[in-house]
Amino acid sequence: MYKYDSYDQTIVDTRVEEFREQVERRLSGELSEDQFKPLRLMNGLYLQLHAYMLRVAIPYGTLDARQMRMLAHVARTYDKGYGHFTTRQNIQFNWIELKDTPDILAELATVEMHAIQTSGNCIRNISSDQFAGAAADEVTDPRPWAELLRQWSTFHPEFSYLPRKFKICVIAADEDRAAMRLHDIGIQLTRNEAGDVGAAVYVGGGMGRTPMIAPLIKDFVPIDDLLSYVEACLRVYNRYGRRDNIYKARIKILIHEIGADSYRQQVEDEWAHVKTLGLDPPRAEFERIAGFFAPPAYDSAAPDTIDRSDPDFALWVDQNVKPHKQPGYAIATISLKPVGGIPGDATAAQIDLMADLAERYSFDELRVTHAQNIVLPYVRKADLHALWQALDGAGLATANLDLISDIIACPGLDYCSLANARSIPLAQKIANRFASMERQRDLGELKLKISGCINACGHHHAGHIGILGVDKRGAENYQLLLGGSGAEDASLGNITGPGFDEDGIVDAIERTVETYRAVRTDGERFLDTYRRVGIAPFKEAIYG
Amino acid sequence: MADPLRYRTDAAHEEPAVTLDAFLGQTNATAVRLESDEDARALIPHLDRLALIEVSFPGFRDGRGYSAGRILREAGYTGELRAQGDVLVDQIALMRRCGFDSLVPDKPLDAAAVARALSRYDAVYQKAADGRPPIWALRHG
Repeated sequence: MYKYDSYDQTIVDTRVEEFREQVERRLSGELSEDQFKPLRLMNGLYLQLHAYMLRVAIPYGTLDARQMRMLAHVARTYDKGYGHFTTRQNIQFNWIELKDTPDILAELATVEMHAIQTSGNCIRNISSDQFAGAAADEVTDPRPWAELLRQWSTFHPEFSYLPRKFKICVIAADEDRAAMRLHDIGIQLTRNEAGDVGAAVYVGGGMGRTPMIAPLIKDFVPIDDLLSYVEACLRVYNRYGRRDNIYKARIKILIHEIGADSYRQQVEDEWAHVKTLGLDPPRAEFERIAGFFAPPAYDSAAPDTIDRSDPDFALWVDQNVKPHKQPGYAIATISLKPVGGIPGDATAAQIDLMADLAERYSFDELRVTHAQNIVLPYVRKADLHALWQALDGAGLATANLDLISDIIACPGLDYCSLANARSIPLAQKIANRFASMERQRDLGELKLKISGCINACGHHHAGHIGILGVDKRGAENYQLLLGGSGAEDASLGNITGPGFDEDGIVDAIERTVETYRAVRTDGERFLDTYRRVGIAPFKEAIYG
Repeated sequence: MADPLRYRTDAAHEEPAVTLDAFLGQTNATAVRLESDEDARALIPHLDRLALIEVSFPGFRDGRGYSAGRILREAGYTGELRAQGDVLVDQIALMRRCGFDSLVPDKPLDAAAVARALSRYDAVYQKAADGRPPIWALRHG
């Protein structure tokens, strides 16, 4: 994992003091809420329905036990004893008092954490593959590049007042576990025929009210030129992105309006110039950063078999454990989606326990996934049973990764001032309807995603089954979408028809999955069945 | 208009800035004002006769001027580069980094706050238009 040097630490400490002064000016009345708003929004502090919410960055979703324990400490000391892991691999605390925020940030800074650029119209936390460094299928570890981008984007003088927020994702495998093409810039590290690492750069994806899958803008950027290429992409956007309408200000709209070819040409012209400015760090800096991401000290004698004699454990292994690049090791996902729970929430005690388990079993490292779960990336196969037992004792061993109850949900109307409908109670209702694990396993991979408003924080466009909460004449109403995907086969869901009330949408989902069961072929996923048969049989079952 | 906050040692330019259209249509103007939706690159052929370029920041959220500033400095412009408009104390360090060396805020700024804002961060992560070495250069001296 990356460790701060004195430069990194000084910047974060300085930011804490700057924010402390800004909060003092607000508390003394020197700043009005209107004047304070843009300042707090550069530092992840939102004013929600009931309280302030603080969003803490977890760069590319990677953290260690010491940082995890600090999150538990913040939850316990300054919040109501829990935190909410988000679809951007961050964590949010929903019950924060303004006066406490400088102290929280100061405490976070002691473990190399911050809330810099977790809001505002700037480059946000860089996201990545939660299996980076461990996945059997990766070309290289994407995290050194994500860290390089983190540093480059921090207080970028030209790109701190963009037309709108800007999200960058870096992956390095063909299987896309990070919804890369639904980012403003999606980078897939690849190798060319000569064996050199480079980047395929997709620009202009996103969700929100106008969902778009990012088109490929350049198929191979030599890796040493990556920052200058991204700089050129951003400069074209900063100059020509729309600023007349907040809903049309994301880069996806610019690229949609001028066309990918025209955007590509403008970036090429800008890059030809920018490349001459010496903006790209030397290889030595990349190597310094990459050194922090060297493989852990694997036990080469670790047995490569798993004792599956405990049937409940075997079910968890089948669902939540994935292959590792290192023989004798596995990647374990801890589900934060117990039936009836709040997707992505964890209590302080659970966060502490996950920190302990990471130390004991995963070389002191954890990852946050965009599906709001936690990953232990380096677990000896021989330790999986002990790990599972410890998780089970804390309600963290739900064996439902990528099943229908592994729901992504935004905070919705329970917290968020933008929401039109509640997401959390609906997620709980759906999970309860499908509580039988046997039934869930029979339905197989089924990614269900719920957003409480059109801004799509719950990724409903990318759900195999997506749900969008809207306001219909003062009542909560839920639209159903089918056929979306955030993976390497990215697609956007289609709305089935008129919406439903809270009970109606659960019934509609049940009719949808029963239709799937009736028409699927052997081993066919829900998404593949939908793509094969189309929306008609589902509409017939739901509305017929 | 208030006196600009200047970070240059030469005398302030006296000639009023003309619009971009007016500037491109005449040959003797030495000061021009660029609105936030105008292309800074239109000035590049004429930089050697310009002593002042004023870039408009109509609202602090409109960040196009940051790109304009850098583009002009990257093209070799060495005259006065002025940020005018909704210039707030929380933006001025970024403006300085993008090559602005004079500031004309709509609302006067507290001098002590300005000094603090400009000296707060010891080091920066990126190369920009102010000549400060990025942290990666300091690391690898």
